Amino acid sequence: MARVGALAARAVATDAGPLLRLTGITKRFGDLVANDGISLELRAGEVLALLGENGAGKSTLVSILFGHYAADAGSIEVEGRALPPGEPKAALAAGIGMVHQHFTLADNLSVLDNVMLGTEPLWRLRSQRAAARERLLQVAQRFGLRVEPDARVGELSVGERQRVEILKALLRGARILILDEPTAVLTPQESASLFATLKQMVASGMAIVFISHKLDEVLAVADRIVVLRAGRAVARLDAAAATRSGLAEAMVGRAVAAVARERRAADSALRVVCALRDATVRQAQRLLLDCVNLEVHGGEVVAIAGVAGNGQQALADLLSGVLALDEGTLEVAGRALAARPRAWIDAGVARIPEDRQGVGAIGDLAIWENALLERYTSRRFARYGVLLRERAIEHAQRIVERFDVRGGGSAGVQARTAALSGGNLQKLILGRALTGSRYRDVVPTLIVAHQPTWGLDVGAVADVHRRLLEACRAGSALLLISEDLDEILALADRIAVITRGRLTQALPRDEWSLATLGLAMGASDGGAAAPRAGHDAP
Amino acid sequence: MAVRRRRGPGTMRLEPRAQTPAWLWLAAPVGALAFTLVVTSLLVAWAGAPVARAYALLLQGGFGSRFAWTETLTRATPLILTGLAVAVAFRARLYNIGAEGQLYAGALAAVAVGGLHGGVGWSLPAWLLFPLMIAAACAAGALLLLGPAWLKLRLGVDEVVTTLLLNFIVLLLVSAMLDGPMKDPSALGWPQSVAIAEPLQLGKLIERSRLHSGLLIALALAVALAGLLRHTTLGFEIRAVGANARAAAFAGMPVAAVVWKTALMSGALAGLAGAVEVAGRAGYVTLDMSPGYGYSGIVVAMLAALHPLGVVVAAVFVAGMLVGADSMSRAVGVPTYIADVIVAVALIAVLVAALGVRWRVRWR
Repeated sequence: MARVGALAARAVATDAGPLLRLTGITKRFGDLVANDGISLELRAGEVLALLGENGAGKSTLVSILFGHYAADAGSIEVEGRALPPGEPKAALAAGIGMVHQHFTLADNLSVLDNVMLGTEPLWRLRSQRAAARERLLQVAQRFGLRVEPDARVGELSVGERQRVEILKALLRGARILILDEPTAVLTPQESASLFATLKQMVASGMAIVFISHKLDEVLAVADRIVVLRAGRAVARLDAAAATRSGLAEAMVGRAVAAVARERRAADSALRVVCALRDATVRQAQRLLLDCVNLEVHGGEVVAIAGVAGNGQQALADLLSGVLALDEGTLEVAGRALAARPRAWIDAGVARIPEDRQGVGAIGDLAIWENALLERYTSRRFARYGVLLRERAIEHAQRIVERFDVRGGGSAGVQARTAALSGGNLQKLILGRALTGSRYRDVVPTLIVAHQPTWGLDVGAVADVHRRLLEACRAGSALLLISEDLDEILALADRIAVITRGRLTQALPRDEWSLATLGLAMGASDGGAAAPRAGHDAP
Repeated sequence: MAVRRRRGPGTMRLEPRAQTPAWLWLAAPVGALAFTLVVTSLLVAWAGAPVARAYALLLQGGFGSRFAWTETLTRATPLILTGLAVAVAFRARLYNIGAEGQLYAGALAAVAVGGLHGGVGWSLPAWLLFPLMIAAACAAGALLLLGPAWLKLRLGVDEVVTTLLLNFIVLLLVSAMLDGPMKDPSALGWPQSVAIAEPLQLGKLIERSRLHSGLLIALALAVALAGLLRHTTLGFEIRAVGANARAAAFAGMPVAAVVWKTALMSGALAGLAGAVEVAGRAGYVTLDMSPGYGYSGIVVAMLAALHPLGVVVAAVFVAGMLVGADSMSRAVGVPTYIADVIVAVALIAVLVAALGVRWRVRWR
């Protein structure tokens, strides 16, 4: 507890200068300049937002700040003292705490264990659990971060886990807290509650670096905003003086036109392409999908909204032919399909998996081999078990050209697929799914896209959306499973919300508002520990 | 402002290289070889032998004469086959550590078909019996790998453990057979099987040497396997499943079937190594017919970066070291273990060099 007290005292003492000062931070990876002479200051009592697209250099900058990387040039000062580069321990000791986008918690340990982990010397025989518990509860109460010290982290909701991460940093004496895309996993309501907590923290003299690419929340939470683009700090402004469109322009470097589409009215005359009735999937004792009912018609976009980990993966797997139903029925174009990816591909289902690198493509194979992956058994590409390389390569070149896949360099489609950036890899996967084995496009019966634009830059997002909508216009049904509400609101004809494996009715988009969507998403958030510290309605 | 710079152990980090500079492709293997020479020089000097002379003898013994070459290639023959067996399996991420056992199983099967009494007793014409003998050996090796493959696919049992442990079981089986049903009564109580029929033995490639036509079989299979991996749908499947089984399954590849086929091929190649050793060398099975060819096959495959044609080169290198070390040991009294050390150090150096080509080591 002494630490937290000292924290406030120190905050008062350092009113004079900036708490943190970065000067001319530069970091190169090969030819890529991830950070190019970035300087910024952080004062006690403020929230500084780092705004930028994916790949703008935000993560590299905070990794340098936290000592994961050493900068090639530039320096970091905390309260006027230089911070040795590349030493996380020194960063911790200087009071820098970090909450990563992907949590670093041990699922099988309790909240208290997780918070204590690594704070005690190994040679001490008895750990001081009682004192640690006391401290945890005190800090938690001070900042309104309700947690149950003895709950197993694996049973907590994502929002609760984030609280544990923040508490972990606070109990290590953090005065500067770095949050990397903290709202990516939260409902709108949980985000609002997080923002309230952050305000409370800065009021007590802490300083916060808030990383995001979402304009609205940056405007809502930050005192000052630094916009990064292509590794440089291109704009610095007070949040009070900033506008949404101004920020967007600074971030992208040009005016951005949002994707818009003509929406179709719900039309029962359209043919049903995919129908789920009382679909239930279990894993061990858990219900991954619980009596899901859904119909998707040709030419329409049905979006599934929800907070991460509420059954989206099971639904996507089910509709990709990877997972089998335990109960209920599933029909595509009027036929029941076996849980084999081959059957789904042959039935004309285009599948865009969430995990591009792990499931969508094979990094160690060449680009042309990945383009061939779903079609190599076709008579066009193989005779008597022998691959017809020339044809396969030609096929790949066509996909690369049509879908504008860049990054193969001089090797072209012979280059390793791992060399592609996320956006280009996604375009390759999309091209593969939407291109038939004969040299013409196929119109898939159904497109199942799971987080198709996750982590892509604005240009690639627009490209992917355009391709998907084109296919829809040609008659495909699109089932879009996404955690990005902006994407859903921009594309969907109908929206259903998934929570804990249950799916609401798919209602026309105009019948939803951000507030009602948020409420539906938070109805029973993620984990099994709902009755406990579950929801924070704002 | 002065930036403090500290260097120390434990602050090493690997970063992926955006591009590998051309000189590194050359420097990596050369560096690996130089490192191997330095390390083993220390050991040779420690053993009290003149380093330069020891190396000269080693090279001469392995590659310096017609006799040395025939001996090296004779040893390389089973190593190529076990190396191929390991390479194809590892390509599909089926970690078959059981080539040693599969080799013995193949050898036993060869004798069972081709050895008249103590075998099945078939007295068929050689042109019929020879392919039967080879097929039996391949089948025996393949069958031995089916169990671990089944356990891996159905229950997720680690095949490293099951294939490794099977080696010891097979060796005990061999021992039982050599003292039991397959025992050669004329071997004066020596644990040795009956011999396969004279016409089934492989012809000599070169007079007054031990080099036999098994080498040609091994070379042909290396070429065939290279072609299979590069040009066939099965080869595509094997490479895809090995590189990322989840993605391969998602794209509709029959992952389990690919693992089965790979297991059959790998086991058959190792079993064939046993038959070729029997038919090309002594004609019968003994408990020490393989000085760890199955295990060395792993080293060979790794040295070759799992490429079938590389396996041939790596097998000749390893065999040359083993043969050369024998003659070096006779001449200057350095233990023959030095050959194992050279091969082991070379393997580690090559693996590190391969890592260095793709990744950059950063000290901070």
